[in-house]
Amino acid sequence: MDLLSLGIKSVFIDNMIFAYFLGMCSFLAVSKKVVTAFGLGAAVIFVLAVTVPLNWLIQEYILKEGALTWLHASFSEISLEFLQFIMFIAIIASMVQLVEMVIEKFSPALYGSLGIFLPLIAVNCAILGGSLFMVQRDYNLAEATVYGFGSGLGFALAIIALAAIREKLKYSNVPDGLKGLGITMLITGLMALAFKSFIGIAI
Amino acid sequence: MSTETLEKTPVVKVKEPLLSKRRKRIFSDPLNDDNPITIQVLGICSALAITVQMRPTAIMAVSVVFVIVFSNLITSMMRNLIPNRVRIIVQLSIIATLVTLVSEVLKAYNYPMFKILGAFVGLIITNCIVMGRLEAYAMGNKPTDSIIDGLGSGFGYAWIILTVAFFRELLGSGSIFNFPVFESIGWAGFPNNGLMVDSIGAFMVLGILIWIQRTKTGFVES
Repeated sequence: MDLLSLGIKSVFIDNMIFAYFLGMCSFLAVSKKVVTAFGLGAAVIFVLAVTVPLNWLIQEYILKEGALTWLHASFSEISLEFLQFIMFIAIIASMVQLVEMVIEKFSPALYGSLGIFLPLIAVNCAILGGSLFMVQRDYNLAEATVYGFGSGLGFALAIIALAAIREKLKYSNVPDGLKGLGITMLITGLMALAFKSFIGIAI
Repeated sequence: MSTETLEKTPVVKVKEPLLSKRRKRIFSDPLNDDNPITIQVLGICSALAITVQMRPTAIMAVSVVFVIVFSNLITSMMRNLIPNRVRIIVQLSIIATLVTLVSEVLKAYNYPMFKILGAFVGLIITNCIVMGRLEAYAMGNKPTDSIIDGLGSGFGYAWIILTVAFFRELLGSGSIFNFPVFESIGWAGFPNNGLMVDSIGAFMVLGILIWIQRTKTGFVES
């Protein structure tokens, strides 16, 4: 039950975009068409669901203070936490490479439309942010997996919804300076306001 | 020791004057006409997350300027050595090293601030501005120009997030740098706007800021 609650929380309340502004770059750049947004959303869900538990294992068995005790008892005072950023980003970069190869093999059309944004998932704040929050909040392995999947789902939900709104927005008359990024920011603000109404939901 | 270095600096001769017109343009373009946040749409993530108050924002701005300038410098010096195929990983490790440095210094000298900024210091690694400057500029230009370019982009980023933080702290908490502004001018009952402390305020303030800035520069997105 706790896990389900955590899942709901990470999708709606602690939404990557609306609560923490993570992954905004690709959120703004790839949200012009629903189909592309759907592809990116799926890729982010997959990468987050894999990298967060993977980085949990890295943190628990390699980086944490005393984590290396399983190798030898004399390592119990070693803390490799200063290597955290480099280790996490290396894991993420290689996972993204893997996803890229899988998508290229099975869906060349999606690969073509995602274009440059697939390698950019590696530098998507949401992915690294997921791992860093996981460390900060002391999740266990099951929680980390649920959290990774849930926050990916939250990101996908947000980007698909925004893409749908922006497709309609093409037909409206927006002031010149507000076109593109400006109006998108305001819409995102309104969407964040709507997502606030999920606060307090618990299962 | 320090006098030695002072005497040495004027001896360094650059063929081009340090502040030539071209270099001034490299510095000033990202401040306004080609601003990384409002025009190029890069680095929005951290631009919003830490701007609830001025003080963490200022520290974040300094850290980002440091990381951009030095990663630009290092990448530019190594640009002929980096094989094209693995450049992303090389760039990422340069950035990650610098960010680790910033994070350790912050942890050692200002632990409360490190706690406030939390994961967002680490997220400088994935700040698109840093990566974007390395890809677009430092990989193909000389070190001196790259430093100036890094300074320009860094300050372009800094003034935007400081402006956003100014309005969010003023309207959300009624203070600037934790100094209670409204109380000191005798308006103790100033109603704080809870939305400004929340993420919604950040989106709105930045949206409006982008509108004003783009109207002034005349930039229209197609």
